[in-house]
Amino acid sequence: MTSRLSKMARASVATAAILSQAAIVPAQAFCGFYVAQADSKLFNQSSKVVLARDGQQTSITMASDFEGDVKEFAVVVPVPTFIERKQIGVVEPNTIDHLDKYTAPRLVEYHDEDPCNPIQYRSRGGIPMPAAVGVMQERDKIRYGVTVEASYDVAEYDVLILSAQESDGLTRWLTDNNYRIPQGAEAVLGSYIKQSMRFFVAKVNVERMKGLGNGQLRPLQVRYQSAKFMVPLRLGTVNAKGPQDLIIYALTRSGRIEAANYRTVKIPSDVDVPLYIKNEFGPFYKALFERAVARENMQAVFVEYAWDMGWCDPCAADPLSNKELAELGARWIGSDDATAFRATRWGGGSDAYVTRLHVRYDAKSFPEDIVFTETKDRSNFQGRYVQHHPWRGEAKCDAVKSYQESLSARFTKEAIDVAALTGWPRSEIVAKMAQSGETATK
Amino acid sequence: MQALARPWRLPDARHFQIAALATLLSINFAVIDFGARPEASIIAVTTALVMQVICCRLTAAPLDFKSPFITGLSLSLLLRADALWLYAAAAVIAIGSKFVLRIDGKHIFNPAGLAIVVLLITSRGVWISPGQWGTEIWFASLAGCFAILVLSASRRADIAVYFFASHAALLLLRAAWLGDPLAIPLHQLQSGSLLIFTFFMISDPRTTPDSRAGRLLFAISVAVTAHYLTFVMQMRPALYVALIALSPLTLVLDRLIPAVRFSWHSSVPKGVST
Repeated sequence: MTSRLSKMARASVATAAILSQAAIVPAQAFCGFYVAQADSKLFNQSSKVVLARDGQQTSITMASDFEGDVKEFAVVVPVPTFIERKQIGVVEPNTIDHLDKYTAPRLVEYHDEDPCNPIQYRSRGGIPMPAAVGVMQERDKIRYGVTVEASYDVAEYDVLILSAQESDGLTRWLTDNNYRIPQGAEAVLGSYIKQSMRFFVAKVNVERMKGLGNGQLRPLQVRYQSAKFMVPLRLGTVNAKGPQDLIIYALTRSGRIEAANYRTVKIPSDVDVPLYIKNEFGPFYKALFERAVARENMQAVFVEYAWDMGWCDPCAADPLSNKELAELGARWIGSDDATAFRATRWGGGSDAYVTRLHVRYDAKSFPEDIVFTETKDRSNFQGRYVQHHPWRGEAKCDAVKSYQESLSARFTKEAIDVAALTGWPRSEIVAKMAQSGETATK
Repeated sequence: MQALARPWRLPDARHFQIAALATLLSINFAVIDFGARPEASIIAVTTALVMQVICCRLTAAPLDFKSPFITGLSLSLLLRADALWLYAAAAVIAIGSKFVLRIDGKHIFNPAGLAIVVLLITSRGVWISPGQWGTEIWFASLAGCFAILVLSASRRADIAVYFFASHAALLLLRAAWLGDPLAIPLHQLQSGSLLIFTFFMISDPRTTPDSRAGRLLFAISVAVTAHYLTFVMQMRPALYVALIALSPLTLVLDRLIPAVRFSWHSSVPKGVST
């Protein structure tokens, strides 16, 4: 494990510990307590993209895990149309982090009841939780066949919109203007040029960044009208050091999104796990995800969360506000005030649906850009792992004996399931379970 | 000894088709999830069969269960809906269209294809599975589908080959023009819904042009239209829309290039159909 990874693992353990303290408050005992989450920080080399789509109106917000000298930061993103200044903005990183936490795979816990005094639960319908251009440019056109269609100052970024005639001219222009273009990118750029795509290129304006005094690079957002519903992956796969992770959060009106040109698979969910997983939920989910990726030969897009934005159960974070959703591009919701977003449709549904997709990709397994389609599926799905605390009371009745026998079978099954999902050795799981008092004895 | 005296005939290709589609559906339920649901499949297949019985009774046509079975299985594999009744609606539209939308004793539209397009246009609750089955199952299915073509030995089945070849050629030409690696068109070909479309829809002998030249022209027209819809219009269920939009063209082609009409009940060797 690299030092960075172990740092992240420690961070996630700490998060799990804090949240498990908070979970002692018996607020939602029936639905299970939310105790921990596996957010995107677990994965190295990861980027996050928020897509918001209403008809052909598309908004794409890009957050990368760039760490280093901001002078080195540059992005080149193919876009389907010309982009005006008012179509570009920056988003607060906290807003994306909030959506990340809200949609993250979660660990929930239940406490077994006293077998001698079973509580009669009345069946209860799920009560929705409220969720919540000049001389220089003419020169470039002649020399490189590149047209700088517009140049904008956007917060800490200098943004240019380029169109080009030939990929070699564009490659030379980018290189001469200090954009580091990996070898082999020319062919990919050429493909985008022929598809009449423009290029959104951005660099950090260090002076302005100092003036703004926020000290961090905020995610860039581009909004446009286009029938194309895709994320451009290909440039990022050229000369990449191994596979990368991308987490896509899609806000839509009608339902779940899925990849139109790759398999979309739900991550294994609703699995009972041993108690010790609470302290290892980060590594557990990472192992589970990696195994799922291997099972699909790294050729699938995984659904981690797909739910009506109007409610959550259990909620992994506070509901997002109208303001946050509008900031992320869901402007159709009709409000941008700071109150929590709520279901507004008759029957409890809302006008916003969120899909969280997680994809591990490289040039070989994902040769073409992922194209999405919006489905009409509004059924709810979440990556959810459940732990049951055994009842440890005094044996006052016969029911206790059969309960204890069932516990033994349950522990055995949990060990088998966790071994199958994560690839961890079963003996190790059984040993750790025994340490937390979950022994599969006869 | 009467049976021995009968001339040997190739088995009806629809038996192989039912076996192939049922195998794919079983793989979906047991091994690798393509998104089909058992209850939706049962509704689609049952409604198609019941609708066939009703329509055959009303029109006094001979009852045959193979075609509606294939239609029901195709709908199960391709159509996705947010409510189960939509699968029943799809089967009713599909089978009903065979009996209602007829000219010169020939139905115009492929039943499952028409149902999909009608529901995509009129209903807010349906979408199409992209049919990503994974490389192994896709190649196995491709091999299986070609085997059915060979076994059926129907001259009519040539349209599947014409269509697959023109569709693949267009993807390869586009990749060559864009300078894309070969991996991209190969990946684009690996779609399960493309296989079902090629081997069970466009190749339906009841709705394909009667002449060989007509079938070649029709296959190329559908491939070019679908290519335009996909890459220029960015439309995802492009294959079905192209097929249904161009289906009336078969009537024109049959007038221009007349040939012998296909029938499942004639003594000519059986072909591939829904």
